[in-house]
Amino acid sequence: MSWIDIGAITDIPLRGARIVKTELGCVAVFRTDDNEVFATSDRCPHKGGPLSEGIVHGRKVTCPLHNWVFSLETGEAQGADDGQIATYPTRILDGRVMLDGTHLATEAAA
Amino acid sequence: MKQKLIIVGAGMASGRALEHLLEHAPNAYNITLFNAEPRGTYNRIMLSPVLSGDKTFDEIVTHTAEWYEENGVTCRFGEKITAIDKSARTVTAENGDVLEYDKLIIATGSAPFIIPLPGHDLDGVIAYRDLEDTNAMIALGDRPGARAVVIGGGLLGLEAAAGLKARGVDVTVVHIMGHLMERQLDEAAGYLLRKALVDKGITVKCSANSREILGENGKVKALLLDDGTELPCDLLVMAVGIRPAIALAADAGLATGRGIHVDDQMVTSDANILALGECVEHDGNIFGLVAPLYDQARVLAKTLLGEEAAFRNKEVSTKLKVTGCDLFSAGDFAEAEGREDIVFRDPARGVYKRLVIAENRLIGAVMYGDTADGNWFFGLIKDGTDISEMRDTLIFGPAYQGGAALDPMAAVAALPADAEICGCNGVCKGQIVDAINNGATDLGAIRATTKASASCGTCTGLVEQVLATTLGDDFVMPAAASVCGCTDLSHEDVRRLIKSRALKSQPAVWQELGWSTPNGCHVCRPAINYYLLADWPLDYADDPQSRFVNERNHANIQKDGTYSVVPRMWGGITTPEELRAIADAADKYAVPTVKVTGGQRIDLLGVRKEDLPAIWYDLNQAGLVSGHAYSKGLRTVKTCVGADHCRFGTQDSTGLGIKLEKHLWGSWTPHKLKLGVSGCPRNCAEATCKDIGVICVDSGYEISIAGAAGMEVKETELLCKVATEEDAIEVISAMTQIYRENAKYLDRVFKWVAKVGLDWVREQIVDDLKNRKALADRFEISQSVYRTDPWAEHAREKAATYHPIANLTLEAAE
Repeated sequence: MSWIDIGAITDIPLRGARIVKTELGCVAVFRTDDNEVFATSDRCPHKGGPLSEGIVHGRKVTCPLHNWVFSLETGEAQGADDGQIATYPTRILDGRVMLDGTHLATEAAA
Repeated sequence: MKQKLIIVGAGMASGRALEHLLEHAPNAYNITLFNAEPRGTYNRIMLSPVLSGDKTFDEIVTHTAEWYEENGVTCRFGEKITAIDKSARTVTAENGDVLEYDKLIIATGSAPFIIPLPGHDLDGVIAYRDLEDTNAMIALGDRPGARAVVIGGGLLGLEAAAGLKARGVDVTVVHIMGHLMERQLDEAAGYLLRKALVDKGITVKCSANSREILGENGKVKALLLDDGTELPCDLLVMAVGIRPAIALAADAGLATGRGIHVDDQMVTSDANILALGECVEHDGNIFGLVAPLYDQARVLAKTLLGEEAAFRNKEVSTKLKVTGCDLFSAGDFAEAEGREDIVFRDPARGVYKRLVIAENRLIGAVMYGDTADGNWFFGLIKDGTDISEMRDTLIFGPAYQGGAALDPMAAVAALPADAEICGCNGVCKGQIVDAINNGATDLGAIRATTKASASCGTCTGLVEQVLATTLGDDFVMPAAASVCGCTDLSHEDVRRLIKSRALKSQPAVWQELGWSTPNGCHVCRPAINYYLLADWPLDYADDPQSRFVNERNHANIQKDGTYSVVPRMWGGITTPEELRAIADAADKYAVPTVKVTGGQRIDLLGVRKEDLPAIWYDLNQAGLVSGHAYSKGLRTVKTCVGADHCRFGTQDSTGLGIKLEKHLWGSWTPHKLKLGVSGCPRNCAEATCKDIGVICVDSGYEISIAGAAGMEVKETELLCKVATEEDAIEVISAMTQIYRENAKYLDRVFKWVAKVGLDWVREQIVDDLKNRKALADRFEISQSVYRTDPWAEHAREKAATYHPIANLTLEAAE
């Protein structure tokens, strides 16, 4: 694991998201109502909608284009929709949000 | 030769009996009606609203002098009957007249019980029974600093107290029992009722025994209690109960007990004498509620006409409104061996429900504060339904049985045909449905044909719901589907609760209204965010995270993730400078598509998110602001060129359009709001398919609303015509605000107006000038917060958030 500091948790709006540009495309970093942080692919498998622009509720996000709902924990589409988004490990240290660079690199290579 | 019928007493029971009789056989009898009160029949139940000033006496009269005359009834009001000679078949009037009868009806009702306390005969000691008593209480309200004591904490006493309080009188209620209305309510509900009365400023003394009424110069001065407390008063109202008035009948030798004995046909011990109402005793019961009396009236009329009918005393529920507090009780709710209670208590909301169960059957129910499910519980009691299967959720009412949504319409639809809707008049659902099918399609017609909701009116909502479920689309009632899976409440409920309980934040809504999710979902969050900012513009801060992407980013997202940018062009007017700035911005940010919109402005399509703050900044420099082309809010005001240029133009339609757009811009509304102003009826601005449209004519401005030109196409309907621009702007402000305050989120104006009715809107903002002004003022308060350019703010303060929080591709390159 090589943790990369991407910014302060307060840079992400509560119940909102920001994106991180990576070699494998944009990663959406979400902050839930309980100040948990989750990272997933920013791309909805349905029509490519930017998930970071969706409404964050509980540990879920709703895609802004056609309202697909994904679990931020598992990446699984909820309800009747069938789909999966990649999820990435995160950690918070002293109010800083970290992504795992190794993991991102592996995914990129794969 | 017609038979002679004499009726003694013109109360509600005899009034109803007369109606039935005349309806079926208008010429069967020569009728003479005596009444000790100097007037005919009125709705005695409604004396309380007369006392509180909500109604006038004329409004509660059910039988007017004209009615008696038209029906050939000889009236002898203000005259008592002093004796009955049943062998001679005569009655003797107060003035000595002796009248013969073939049939006699005794309907002497009841007399208030006066406790024989020392001083009970002082001037200023009254009961609460008739108009004279009511007028005495009203008169007291005209005296500044007047004080009154009410003895009796039952329904009548409390209504007297509340009415006196409403008239500005300082009132104390003295009740001998431990809690109020002990016959209808248990202790807990009695406590809540007491609290509500105390909150209204009424002093309540329970477990208080009266010793003596003190007087001065023959006039009441104070009430002295057993514990030595002296309660000074100018009027003392004794409302401790009523007793059947049986003296006349007893003196005539008729069989009496607590009341005048009658059989199932309402005939007394003398075959030619019938009786009904509060003066009778049937099968050991005496009567105080109006529902069984109306049943008696029906039976008595049939008996007089020689038809078969039998009175059966049915179990009744009591649904009461005491001084604005909803109460319901039914069945037996005393505590006893083998009985179990299910209790629901929410003191903060003032809601209390208690169900009494014995052997898996519901036998009693008491409800306070929320009585919506009362009829359903009463049905379970009457039918003796086995409730063991639904016991876990029973107290939450019918909506929670079988997983149906909390939808009052569904609950009413599910009621069987014999479910009682109107307790006062004993009207069941089936009769109302029959009436509707026979053409009674509104509340007034239902009242006229079935009498349902025509007495005390507490079942009006239910009757409307029966109308709605029976008529379907023909009856306009707000649909009550729940907002989303997070709650069972409808949009209408949530809006109402946000206002009535002053909920001013989203967490307050989620917690207080029992959301099932921690912080809502993508369906409810934008709706609740809108309701809060519309209802509490100064207290609630808009939450961007509860907005759809377009409203959060102040631009419309396109399918490739880029955005479109539409600056405002007030009334469709622009300048070379603005056009140059737009062209420069399009060049600078490599905008792939530039399009003229239907709303008379220019759309720059294909702008990258990161560029949004910069392009906004550039446009701002030329004086261009957000066009809100992305919002559920004011979009555009489309205009034609009007009187300035057009040879047909009657007014300055462009000028008015610009004024309106400058007045309304930035406001959030339940759905998008588009306006048009045409300078003449040729309507080049297509104003008649907008949410709000103005057509200028020589004499002023025709304002119409509720048009549509989307998936549905609909012409606007005329709201009103005004003479000046100022009036037009005020009406349109008020219209915008009433829509903002009342509509369900995502209902366009035309959908909302279809629910509430154009007439209602017209009453609110055309007929009621004060209300129009108040709405326009509230709109202005909201606009003091929202009439601002979000682009400028975001370009200035939030530009960084439009960029990625980090760019790891750069680090990888290093």
